[in-house]
Amino acid sequence: MFKIVKREEMAEGTVILNEIEAPLIAKKAKPGQFVILKADEDGERIPLTMAETDKEKGTVTIIYMVVGKSTALFRDLKVGDTFQDVIGPLGKPTHLEKQGKVICVGGGTGVAVLHPITRAMKDVGNEVVCIIGARTKDLLILEEQMKNASHDLRVCTDDGSYGHHGFVTDVMKEVLEGGNIKEVVAIGPVPMMKAVSNITKEYDVPTLVSLNPIMVDGTGMCGGCRVSVGGETKFACVDGPEFDGHQVDFDELTLRLNAYLEDEKNCHEEYCTIRDAQ
Amino acid sequence: MAEKAAKPVKNPRVAMPEQDPQVRARNFLEVPTGYTNKMAQEEAARCLQCKKPACVAGCPVGVDIPGFIDLISQGDITGSIRNLWSKNALPAVCGRVCPQEIQCEGLCILGKKGDPVAIGNLERYAADWERSNGTGELPPTQAPTGKKIAVVGSGPSGLTVAGDLIVKGHDVTIYEAFHKAGGVLVYGIPEFRLPKEIVAQEINFLERLGVKLECNAVVGRTVSIDELFEQGYDAVYIGVGAGLPRFMNIPGENLVGILSANEYLTRANLMKAYKFPDVDTPIPIGKNVVVLGAGNVAMDSARTAMRLGAESVKIVYRRSREEMPARAAEIHHAEEEGIEMYLLTNPTKYLGNEKGRLIGMECLKMELGEPDDSGRRRPIPIEGSEFEMDCDLCIVAVGSGANPLLTSETPDMELNKWGYVHTEEKTGKTTKKGVWAGGDIVTGAATVILAMGAGREAADSMHDYLTLGW
Repeated sequence: MFKIVKREEMAEGTVILNEIEAPLIAKKAKPGQFVILKADEDGERIPLTMAETDKEKGTVTIIYMVVGKSTALFRDLKVGDTFQDVIGPLGKPTHLEKQGKVICVGGGTGVAVLHPITRAMKDVGNEVVCIIGARTKDLLILEEQMKNASHDLRVCTDDGSYGHHGFVTDVMKEVLEGGNIKEVVAIGPVPMMKAVSNITKEYDVPTLVSLNPIMVDGTGMCGGCRVSVGGETKFACVDGPEFDGHQVDFDELTLRLNAYLEDEKNCHEEYCTIRDAQ
Repeated sequence: MAEKAAKPVKNPRVAMPEQDPQVRARNFLEVPTGYTNKMAQEEAARCLQCKKPACVAGCPVGVDIPGFIDLISQGDITGSIRNLWSKNALPAVCGRVCPQEIQCEGLCILGKKGDPVAIGNLERYAADWERSNGTGELPPTQAPTGKKIAVVGSGPSGLTVAGDLIVKGHDVTIYEAFHKAGGVLVYGIPEFRLPKEIVAQEINFLERLGVKLECNAVVGRTVSIDELFEQGYDAVYIGVGAGLPRFMNIPGENLVGILSANEYLTRANLMKAYKFPDVDTPIPIGKNVVVLGAGNVAMDSARTAMRLGAESVKIVYRRSREEMPARAAEIHHAEEEGIEMYLLTNPTKYLGNEKGRLIGMECLKMELGEPDDSGRRRPIPIEGSEFEMDCDLCIVAVGSGANPLLTSETPDMELNKWGYVHTEEKTGKTTKKGVWAGGDIVTGAATVILAMGAGREAADSMHDYLTLGW
């Protein structure tokens, strides 16, 4: 059992932060790695990239958007409640080295995953420009933390309610135009990562994306998380979750992410109906 | 098992009662329902009690077969199960899933002229009897030795090592990557062939003997082998299974609706997705299902798809019936349940729609040529024989390779060219001091009982090491 020691709501309650006691995982985890969580006996195994780890306290932090029944179950857990299972750390850590000037781009809850990577990029001596975005001001998360983790934070909202009016890609283009960017790390919704990768390809800047496909075990056993990277099939759980954005087949990834869309929708609606009735 | 003899024989074996094929093809209850006391007595009485029993030589863990059967015929089932436990920690499992026809029963003297003794059915009977009627009294264990053992993986070989070493007085902890123990017994073999309740009870038996269980522990990630030694373990056994699914590597393989058998069966068995939406893990329900491959895993996948409501389920296999690696009984059960066999057929391409979903498959007809390296006749494509079949769910059950998750993090342990762990024959010793390995991570995908046999040999060697030295 893995106890929740801290819980926060962000982005008008659509995004939840859970800090969970998992000392063995906290001790080993590195930026870019993920955990698999399962709420209870009949729960689904959900992979989430860690947003924070605290070796001293022995905790890992996840930040997720409530999108289906499983994340709705997670949302309903309070401080002191437990996840039945937390497994990790899984996947390969982010490759970190001092390169010079880099851009970290985050959208939606991807910002949570981007945070420890951004900080680590800065810690190894890179000059980090960070660009984060959301649909509207109230849905923006971790602005303060990202400011501290980078040298230069730019914020965008699709509706112009805060920061730059427009997409993260617009701002990224400006920064790329300034030249001498060694690497871009982009984490967020698939369309965002695809758009970022298309642009950086034009500028010939290496680009890292972090993928979160459907998976079961997270140890390379099921092959459910296969993605096409440079025409080769890779397992995101053991070969990733980070890949060269210029090589990833994002269209295939999108189709595969929708594999259980109907089932998930029905299941979530049923859960919400029952929950609201109580 | 319940194969019917080709012609009437004198003194036939007592047939195992089974659920009707029409009924069971749509439920997940166990197919064979088990001997009654009377049936077991009758079958046990058939054993000739050979002075030099050939059956025992055919058992990878050396069960005293005439001994436990004699105790059944005397009505001493408690004695019988204790006799079994002395050689086999998992009799309820082995009675169900061992390929007895090529092991103990294959060597039974009665089989020369008629039906061999139904050793598997009797083993199952004794274990099931103990579970429902037994006193729960544990077999004796030796005084604590103070030695600590870590077993990595809770599949059949790991459980055997744990069971053997705990009774010898060692302190045993099993590390399991999944959230539930049992390995292939819980994620791979379906409920209708091996009820999970039975696996849970066998594991509970080991826990009552003092074995500790750490689930959610991915050795190689959460903790390394060297860290286990740092934590004070004296020896480590690696029984992590093969666990890397093979695919066909033909066009269209990443369409939605194509799953490895590992994924499909893990969803169905470990995650109990056949109860979706009562549980939260979904599983694709196919209308026209194709299973690629013809081993036991392929049969399990096909029979699962049928139970989940498929209209048609086809096994597609490039060789002929003779080369099918599945047990005859499994093939027989599958066919009884309406699974169709498309033999000498090789898939060449998956066909998808605009939504990236599987809608069909292109195949080629094959014929058999000269024997290949495996000694089996090589399938050769028949030119111009391409045809398409409708298919909205395809389960790829063409075997597995070595999962590098643990081995790549243990560089000082030698592997062979396929990535399997190199071990010394008869002992299971690896090239890393204090580390043994066995089961599928050494041999490649094989059977439950062979993994248990490897576990038994390793446990003996580990005990020698712990008491005598490397």
